[in-house]
Amino acid sequence: MLDVTSILMTVAPELWLALTGLVGVLLGAIFGDRFNSFSFKFGALALFGAAALAVLHFGGGEAFGGLVRTNTFVNFAKVITFVLAGISLVIAEGFLKRHETTRYEYALLIIFASLGMGVILSAADLMTLYMGIETLSLSSYVLAAFHRDSARSSEAGLKYFVLGALASGMLLYGASLVYGFTGTTSFAGIAEAGVTTGALFGMVLMIVGLAFKISAAPMHVWTPDVYEGAPTPVVAFFASAPKMASTVVFANILFTVFGSAMDQWQIIISIIAGLSMMIGSLGALLQTNIKRLLGYSSIANVGYALVAVAAGQEFGAAALLTFTTIYAVTSLGMFAAVLSMRRRGGMVEGIGELGGLARTKPVLAIALSVLIFSVAGLPPFGGFFGKFEVLRAGLQAELIPLAVLVVISSVISLGYYLKLIKIMWFDEPTEKFEAVDLSVMATVVLTAVVAGIVFMVFISELGTGGWATFAAAGLPR
Amino acid sequence: MGGFPILSVMTFLPLAGALLVMLVRAATAGSSKGESSSQSRKAVLLAAFIISAATFVASVAAFFAFDPSVDGYQLVEQYAWYGPISYKLGIDGLSLSLVLLTTFLTPICLLASWNSIEKRVTEYVIAFLVLETFMIGVFVSLDLVLFYIFFEAGLIPMFLIVGIWGGKDRVYAAFKFFLYTLIGSLLMLIAMVYMILAAGSADFEVLEKFAFAPGIQTWLWLAFMASFAVKLPMWPVHTWLPDAHVQAPTAGSVILAGVLLKMGGYGMLRFSLPMFPDASALFQPAMFALAVIAIVYTSLVAWRQTDMKKLIAYSSVAHMGFVTLGIFAFNETGVQGAIFQMLSHGLISGALFLIVGVVYDRMHTREIAAYGGLVNRMPIYASFFMLFTMANVGLPGTSGFVGEILTMVGGFQAATWAAAGAALGVIFSAVYMLTLYRRTVFGEITNPHLNDIKDMNIVEWICIAPLAALTILFGVAPNLIFNLTDSSTARVLSLMAGGQ
Repeated sequence: MLDVTSILMTVAPELWLALTGLVGVLLGAIFGDRFNSFSFKFGALALFGAAALAVLHFGGGEAFGGLVRTNTFVNFAKVITFVLAGISLVIAEGFLKRHETTRYEYALLIIFASLGMGVILSAADLMTLYMGIETLSLSSYVLAAFHRDSARSSEAGLKYFVLGALASGMLLYGASLVYGFTGTTSFAGIAEAGVTTGALFGMVLMIVGLAFKISAAPMHVWTPDVYEGAPTPVVAFFASAPKMASTVVFANILFTVFGSAMDQWQIIISIIAGLSMMIGSLGALLQTNIKRLLGYSSIANVGYALVAVAAGQEFGAAALLTFTTIYAVTSLGMFAAVLSMRRRGGMVEGIGELGGLARTKPVLAIALSVLIFSVAGLPPFGGFFGKFEVLRAGLQAELIPLAVLVVISSVISLGYYLKLIKIMWFDEPTEKFEAVDLSVMATVVLTAVVAGIVFMVFISELGTGGWATFAAAGLPR
Repeated sequence: MGGFPILSVMTFLPLAGALLVMLVRAATAGSSKGESSSQSRKAVLLAAFIISAATFVASVAAFFAFDPSVDGYQLVEQYAWYGPISYKLGIDGLSLSLVLLTTFLTPICLLASWNSIEKRVTEYVIAFLVLETFMIGVFVSLDLVLFYIFFEAGLIPMFLIVGIWGGKDRVYAAFKFFLYTLIGSLLMLIAMVYMILAAGSADFEVLEKFAFAPGIQTWLWLAFMASFAVKLPMWPVHTWLPDAHVQAPTAGSVILAGVLLKMGGYGMLRFSLPMFPDASALFQPAMFALAVIAIVYTSLVAWRQTDMKKLIAYSSVAHMGFVTLGIFAFNETGVQGAIFQMLSHGLISGALFLIVGVVYDRMHTREIAAYGGLVNRMPIYASFFMLFTMANVGLPGTSGFVGEILTMVGGFQAATWAAAGAALGVIFSAVYMLTLYRRTVFGEITNPHLNDIKDMNIVEWICIAPLAALTILFGVAPNLIFNLTDSSTARVLSLMAGGQ
C-alpha cells in the first residue's frame, strides 16, 4: 500500500516551495505593486520554512515510484542552501529598493530557483534531474537579467542563457545516451546495469553539462561575466546556494549513478579540478572589479570541492559537505560585503574603492577580513578546516598531485586575497561608504562569525565525525 | 592533567587582552574621536604593556611549576577536539625556554613602541597581543594541527604590523614575507595530513614513537624543511628576511628576529630530528653545507650593507646558520649549543634592533653613512651598543660566545670541515660588526643634524637594560639555561637514536 504520509514528507520542502511560489504569484496578481515590499519577507519565510521541513524529514525517503529519493546527504545540502537562499533574499531588498526594482517577481524567482535546487537534490531519475535543472536555470537566467534596463545586466542574462542552454543540451544528450545504453532513466537502475562504453560517453557529456552549472573549468567562461553584470544580490545568491546545491548534486550523481565507473571519472574530475584551481586563482590575480575577482575565486573554490569529489564517496563525501558548507556561507558574506560598497547613491565595484576601509568602517573591514582569510584557508579561521578536509580526502585517495595543486593554487590565490587586505588596511582611506543596511551588515558580521569562528571551534560537530559524516553515511553504498 | 590550566591561561591571556582593548576602544570611540591625543595613545599602550607583563608573570609561574629533572612533557592539558586532532598543550625545557623568551620580549617591544608608533595605536597593540598568543601557542602545542594553526596564524598579525606600520616599501616586504612563509607551510600541511592518516593521531608523543618508512621520511622531512628553512631562514630562502626586517617597525623587527625565526629551529628539533631520524641523517651533509654557506656568505653580504637594519638582518641569517649546524650535529653539545644560540640570539639581535631604533626615532634614517661620532653625544648609547656588538661577535663573557662555541664544537665532532667553515664566519662577524660600530659611533660628527641628538631616554633604558643584563648573565652562567634544556636535549637525541 502506498504510504502517502511518507511520500508527502519526502517531497515536503519542494511541495511547500511550489505552493508558496504559486500563492506568491496569486498575491502578486491580486495586490500588484503593493505586494512588492512584503514579498521579500514572504519569500524568506517560505525558504526558512522549506529548510525546516527538510530538517523534519532529515532521514529521507522515496516518492513517486522512485522518481524522487532523498537521504541525509542531500537533505544536509538542502537545509543549508534554503537557509542561504533565504538570507540572500533578506539582504536584497535594500539594494533593489535603491534601484527602484523592488518587484515581487524577484522573491518569486528565488523561490522557484530554490524549488529547482530542491528537485535536483532529491532527484533519483534522469527525468527529475533535468526538470529540476531547468527550473533552477530558467529562474537564474531571468534573475541575472533582472535589471532589464541595464545593458550589463541584460548582457549577463543573455550570455548565461545562451551558454546555459548549450550546457543543458549536452546534459540532455548525455542523459539520453545513458538511457539508450542502459535502458532505464532511474539512478538505481543505471547503477545496477553498470556503465558500458556507450553509457560512458553519456556520462562524460553529463559531466560536461553539470560542470557548466557549477562553473568548473574549462566550462567556467561565463562566470566572471555573469558575476560582473548581474545585480549584486543575485550574485550573492548564485555564489552561495545554487553553488552548493549543484556541487552536491554533481557528487551525488557520480557517487550513486556512476559509482562503478569511478576509475574512469576520477581522471576527468581530477583534470577539471586541477584546471579550475589554476584558472580560478591565476585569473583572479589580474582582476580589478571585485565581483569578477570573487567570480574567479569561486572557480578556484569549485576546484577544491572537486578534489573531494575525485577522492570518491568513501573519502570525499563528508569532506565535500564540510568544504562546501563553509565556502557557501563565506561566499554569501563576501557578496553581502560587496553590497555595502555604495557611494553617492551608486554601487562601486573597483577593488580600489575599498581603500582604507579599516579606518572608515572598522567593523565591516574586520568582518570582511575574517571572511577573506577564511576563504583563503588560513588558520585559525573555519575555512582552514574546509581545505584541511579536502587535503585529507585527496591524500586518502592517494591523489597526491592534486593535493600539491591545492597548495600551489592556495598560494597564488593569497596573491589577490592579500591585495584586498592590503587595500583595506594599508592604503589611505578613500571617501566613506554610505550607511549600510542593517540586514546587510548583520549578514556580513554573522557569516564572518560563523565561517571564521563557529566552524573552527565546533568543527567536530560539522566535519568528519560530525554532521557531515552522518549526512554522508546516507548515501547508498 | 587536571589542576590549573596554566598553559592555556598563559597562551590566551594576550588574546583576551586584545579583545578587551578592542571592546574598550569601540565603547569609547565616540567620545575620544577628536582627540586621538597622546594621552589616549599612551593609555592603550600601557594597557597592552600590562597585559603582556601579566602574560610574562604567567609564564614565570609555568617556569616554577615545571620540573626540569623530569623527562618528557609537563603541565599537559588535553581535550578532544576534532577526530584525531586534540587540543593538547604541554611544555618541556626547550619549549619553556622559548616561551619565556617570547613573553619577555613582547612587553619590551610594546614599551619600545612608546614613542615610535604614532598612528593607529589600538590596532597596533591588538595585532601585537594576538601575535603573542600565536607565538606562545606554537611552542606549547603538542598536536600537529594545533601547532600548524598557531604557526600559520602568526603570519596575519605580522603581515599587518609590517604592512601598516612599516617603512617605505612595507607592502612589498609584507607580501614577500607572507607568501614565502606560506608556500613552505602549506607543503608542511600536506605532510602533516599524511602523517595523521598514517599514524591515526596528531599527537606529538604518538608521532615521535611512530616509525615512518625511510622512503616516506625523506618526503616528509623535505616538506617540513620547506617550512622551517624559510622560517629560520636558511640560505638560499632567506631573501624575505632583510626586506621584512628593514621595513618592519622596530618592535616588529625585534619580534621577528627574536621569536619568529626561532620557530624554524624549534620545528627542526621537535619534528625533523625525532620524527624523521633516517631522513635527518641522510640530509646531514646537505644541511651542514647550507649552514656553512649561510654563515660565510651572509656574513660577507652583511659587511657590504649600507643600511643598519639590513646589516643586522643578514647577521641574523648567519647566526641562524650556527643553529642549523648545531642541530644537525646530532650530539648533545651541538643541540645544546643550538638551543642556547637561539635564546641568546633572541636577546642580542632584539637588542640590536632596539639600538638601531633609538637613533632611527631621532634621525629617521638607517643609513650608516648618516651617522658617525655618536659617542660624542650619546655615551651611554655607545656603551650599550658596544656591549651588543661584542655579544653579536661572540665575545667570551657574553651569551653569544657560549652558543657559537658549543655549536662549533658539536659540529666539529660531526664534520670538521663544517666547523672550520663556521669558524670563518665568526671572524667575518667581527669584521662587519666592528665596521658598523666604528662608522656609526666613533670618529668626529660629520652630519650636522647629529649635533643636538639626545642620549637614551628612560623608556629606552628600561627596554635595553634588561636585555644587556641577561646577555651578560647567560654569558657567565650558561648553566641557567642548560639546566632547563638538558633533559629535552637528551630526549630529542634518544628519540632520534631509538628511531634509527
